[in-house]
Amino acid sequence: MTSVRTGEAPAVAGASRLSPPPRSLALSVAALAVPLLLLVWAGLLGTVAARPTPDELSVTGLVFGLAASLAALGIAWYAARGLQLALAAGRQDAAGERLEARALSSRSRRHSFGALSSSLALALVLMTVMVLTANQAKIITTFFNVDYMVRSAENIVRAFGLNIFIAVISMAFVLVFGLVLAVVRMVPGEGARPLRALAIAYIDGFRAIPSIIVLYLIGFGLPLAGLPFFAGLPQAWYAIIALTLTYSAYVAEIYRAGIEAVHPSQVGASRSLGMSYGLTLRHVVLPQAVRAVIPPLLSAFIALQKDTALVSIIGAVDAFSQAKFFASSNFNLSSVAVVAALFVLITIPQARLVDWLLARGAARRARRTR
Amino acid sequence: MTFLEFDAVRKHYGDHEVLAGVDLSIEKHQVVTLIGASGSGKSTLLRCVNALESITSGQIRLDGDVVSGPGVDLNALRRRAGMVFQSFNLFPHMTVRENITLAPRKVLGLSRAEAEARADELLERVGLAERAHYHPDQLSGGQQQRAAIVRSLAMDPEVVLLDEITSALDPELVAEVLSIVRELARDGMTMMLATHEMGFAREVSDLVVFLEKGVILEQGPPEQVLVDPVEPRTREFLRAVAA
Ligand SMILES: Nc1ncnc2c1ncn2[C@@H]1O[C@H](COP(=O)(O)OP(=O)(O)OP(=O)(O)O)[C@@H](O)[C@H]1O
Ligand SMILES: [Mg+2]
Repeated sequence: MTSVRTGEAPAVAGASRLSPPPRSLALSVAALAVPLLLLVWAGLLGTVAARPTPDELSVTGLVFGLAASLAALGIAWYAARGLQLALAAGRQDAAGERLEARALSSRSRRHSFGALSSSLALALVLMTVMVLTANQAKIITTFFNVDYMVRSAENIVRAFGLNIFIAVISMAFVLVFGLVLAVVRMVPGEGARPLRALAIAYIDGFRAIPSIIVLYLIGFGLPLAGLPFFAGLPQAWYAIIALTLTYSAYVAEIYRAGIEAVHPSQVGASRSLGMSYGLTLRHVVLPQAVRAVIPPLLSAFIALQKDTALVSIIGAVDAFSQAKFFASSNFNLSSVAVVAALFVLITIPQARLVDWLLARGAARRARRTR
Repeated sequence: MTFLEFDAVRKHYGDHEVLAGVDLSIEKHQVVTLIGASGSGKSTLLRCVNALESITSGQIRLDGDVVSGPGVDLNALRRRAGMVFQSFNLFPHMTVRENITLAPRKVLGLSRAEAEARADELLERVGLAERAHYHPDQLSGGQQQRAAIVRSLAMDPEVVLLDEITSALDPELVAEVLSIVRELARDGMTMMLATHEMGFAREVSDLVVFLEKGVILEQGPPEQVLVDPVEPRTREFLRAVAA
């Protein structure tokens, strides 16, 4: 025990000057009651899951019921320790050992909050399972039929290559075209006004039009217009053109935010070295701007990747259109769940990368403003 | 012979007149110090020399050439008039050496090797040879300001403008920066500086200029303006900064 004595002063006099410990008793009682309720719920749900019909035993259901009950028990045990600590804190406080009481109370509260948040998580799991298993587990068999998933997976994964191809090529174009738009939008000087207006009109326009409409217009319009070169492109390239047009407008705005975030004194310093506007932009402003906007750029690219699933509307055979084919011939959506899972699979590492970059950027800013 | 000349220079920000007719002549190899209360127009006057700010009327001449008004080759002017800022303004994404070699390479057309040789020589002179590969955020304020001075010197300017270059520094770092300015003065560099360091101004200046509300109230050698000023306002200002 980390007991802190208040020196020579009498215990009671010391206690009167010390502010009271944080409240912990009521909280710990609630924190114990909630997991006990969950235990009952998990037990009932588990029993039903283990015996879907009177003469059938579902091993999965049994395991789930046991696991959920055990989890509830574990949380309850943790909460009980919180209650014990709260009671001990009360005793110490009554004995005038305020500092001791504060320490115990604070530990009790940590237990109680931990138990409550774990209970919430467990409750959500139980609720999800209830929804999924309702109506003789129709949801599970409709969306997550392992047999259908396995059978469709190979074709879908292969078709997913097209989504990745479209995404990667579009991103490369967007990086360049978006930058051009942002720079043109910010060209200084009276004479460049029409140029700036043009860039603004483009950015406003393409941010307003839903990407599915741009895709539709490009995918069906270019072949109809019969332009040389453009009319004979494979569908994937219409998708690349459409996504580039749309996302460049977004990315131009991201770049612009980055450029505006570079402090004007940086431009002043560069210009007073005799560097022209162009040199300053190229060597001083853009390197700093781009570094600052890498996280939002990545977020835009995650959105772009997801929009590659739209290409099925112009007849390109991507992962989603493959999955729809399976789904409609089997009256089962498990193949579509496979596509969803693939998108999740490629997105999560990128999302974590964004987090990491943001954390690193925050650390660097902290160092800089030290 | 007059090297840098201000002729009835006026500068407005909207209705606000920041420079209200400045006449000033500076000779080659002179060190001119601008003093005056906050907001009196010291920074603005310096920034008009290299056209970071444009003037409303009047004329600025550098070595006989008019360097104010429309149609001036700004990049050429700024190669001749270097500037060092209160907040250093080094480029944070580059090392010290890259900061220094960027403009000589891109503007003067020096090769990388030439530019680096020159940068290293200058860094050596200001005691930063070991810091060439550091980024600005890895340096103390004094080191950053010394690097910023070197960056402007690397362009081989004819005049250097220094705007309160020690104001953002901790007191113990001021001396290392001022000693470089002192050395530049000894080498005959023409300089115009704004400062609140009166002791330093007295030691290093050939001419001290007291600005008040955008006009020159008094100018002269340091032992006159700083010790025995004619104008009551100058005396008041000096008493205030001494307190
Ligand atoms: N960009 C601007 N727009 C409007 N007013 C400005 C601008 N820059 C400076 N001013 C004004 O011009 C006046 C002179 O400013 P300046 O920075 O030249 O003063 P200073 O003598 O350098 O002061 P300090 O000692 O505080 O640096 C001030 O009143 C200031 O508010
Ligand atoms: Mg100033």
